[in-house]
Amino acid sequence: MFHPLLALLRRDLTLALRRPQDALTVVGFFVVVVALFPLGIGPDPEFLRSLAPGVLWVAALLAVMLSLERLFSDDFRDGTLEQLLLVPEPMGLLVLTKIVAHWLITGLPLVLVSPLLAIQLNLRPDEIAILMLALLIGTPILSLIGAIGAALTLGLRGGGVLIALLILPLYAPPLILGAGAVDAVMHGSSAQAHLSLLGAMMVFALFATPWATAAAVRIMLD
Amino acid sequence: MSERGIQWFRFTAPANFYDLAGRLIPWFAALTIALFAVGLYLGLVVAPSDYQQGDSYRIIYIHVPTAWMGMFLYVLMAAYAAIGLIWRIKMADVMAKAIAPTGALFTFLALWTGALWGRPTWGVYWVWDARLTSMLILLFLYLGYMALHAAIDDRQRASNASAVLAMVGVVNVPIIYFSVQWWNTLHQGASITVTEAPTMATIMFVTLLIMVLAAWMYSVAVVLARARVELLERERNARWVQERLEGGTK
Repeated sequence: MFHPLLALLRRDLTLALRRPQDALTVVGFFVVVVALFPLGIGPDPEFLRSLAPGVLWVAALLAVMLSLERLFSDDFRDGTLEQLLLVPEPMGLLVLTKIVAHWLITGLPLVLVSPLLAIQLNLRPDEIAILMLALLIGTPILSLIGAIGAALTLGLRGGGVLIALLILPLYAPPLILGAGAVDAVMHGSSAQAHLSLLGAMMVFALFATPWATAAAVRIMLD
Repeated sequence: MSERGIQWFRFTAPANFYDLAGRLIPWFAALTIALFAVGLYLGLVVAPSDYQQGDSYRIIYIHVPTAWMGMFLYVLMAAYAAIGLIWRIKMADVMAKAIAPTGALFTFLALWTGALWGRPTWGVYWVWDARLTSMLILLFLYLGYMALHAAIDDRQRASNASAVLAMVGVVNVPIIYFSVQWWNTLHQGASITVTEAPTMATIMFVTLLIMVLAAWMYSVAVVLARARVELLERERNARWVQERLEGGTK
C-alpha cells in the first residue's frame, strides 16, 4: 500500500528538482526578509540578538506561507489532483505525502539556512542549536496547517492573499512556542517545555490536518 | 419525533424557518431592549464603585458579555457549520454564515472595551498578554471565515469550505479559554466559575448576568434576522419566497 505513496513522493520531489528556482525563491525570501530587519531597527548587536528568535520565526513562517500556494495549484490546474482522488489509497495519506514532499523542498532548506542568519543576528552556538531544533519540529507544523489553507483556496482569485488571512492566525501557537524555545535558552533556562509542546503539536497536526486537507480538496474539486 | 412533541425538523425547511424567525424576532428584540435597559441601569447607577478600580470597572458589564459571546458564538458557528457539512442541512449553513458577523462584532467590542478598561487600570491601551492576543486571533479567525465565504462564488462550496475552516479554527477557542491558566500574564483570572461562589458582590454578579442575557437575546434576534435575509437570497427562485414577498411584508 505504501508503494503508490512513495511513487507520489518521488514524483513531487523530481518535479521540484527539475525546477529548483521555486524552492530557492522561498529560501531567498527568508534570507532577504531577515536581512531587512537590521536595516529597519538599527545595527545594535544586543538589540538584534534579543529580537532574533522572533524575527527568524516570523520570516520562516512567512516564507512557508508564500510557498503554500504551489502545494496543490499546479496539480489542480493540470488535473492531477482529480486523478489522485481516484487512487484507491486514502486521500488523507496522499495529501500527507504531498505535504511531506513540500516540507522537504521548502521547510528543510529553511532549517538548514537558519544558522547562517542566526550568526548574523549574534545568536550563540547553543542558541542556534535550539533554533534549528525548534525549526525542525516547527516547520512541518507550518506545512501541515498551511496545506488546509492551500486546499481551501484552490482555484480562487487572489488565493495567495486569502491564504495569509486564513492561515497566519493558526500559525500563532507554533510561533509562540518556537520563538519561546530560543528565548528560554537565551535567558538561561531550559527549552525543553517549549520543544515538548511543539513536538506534541506536530504529532497532533500530523494526525489531524491531512484529513481536514483531504476534505477541503474534495470540497473544492466537487 | 413523537406526534405530540414539537416537530423540530419542520424548521429545517426554509419556508417554515422563515416564518418562525419572523414571529420570534420581535420578541427577542423586545427582550434585548428590556434587559439592556435594566442591566445598564443596575450597572451604571445602582452597583457600587469598586474599592480599587473606582468607576472604570463598570466597563466589565459590557466587556465580559461581549468577550463571552465572541468566544461562544465561534463555537456555535463551528457547530452549525459542522452540522451543515456532515448532514447536508442547508439551514445549518445559513445559520453558521449568519452568526459570523455578530461574533466578529462582539469580539471586536471585547477588544475595544478591554483597551478602554486597560488604560486607567494597567496604564496602557494594549498589552500583548495571552488572552488579549488570543482574542485578537479569534477576530482574525472570524475575518478569515467571512473572507473565504465571500471569495467562493458557488454558495454550497462556500459553505462547505468555510465549514472546514471553522472546525479547524475551533481548536483555537479552548486555547483562548485556558490561556489564563497556561501563561502567567497581566490579565486577571476568571472571577466566575461554575463550581465556586463568585468572588464579586451579588449586585455586580446579577447585573453581569443580566447583561450577558441581553447580549444573548441581541445575538438571537440579529442572527435570525440575518438568516432570513440570507434565505431570501439563496431561495429567491423558490415559490415560497415569491408567495411571501408578493403577499405582504410577513
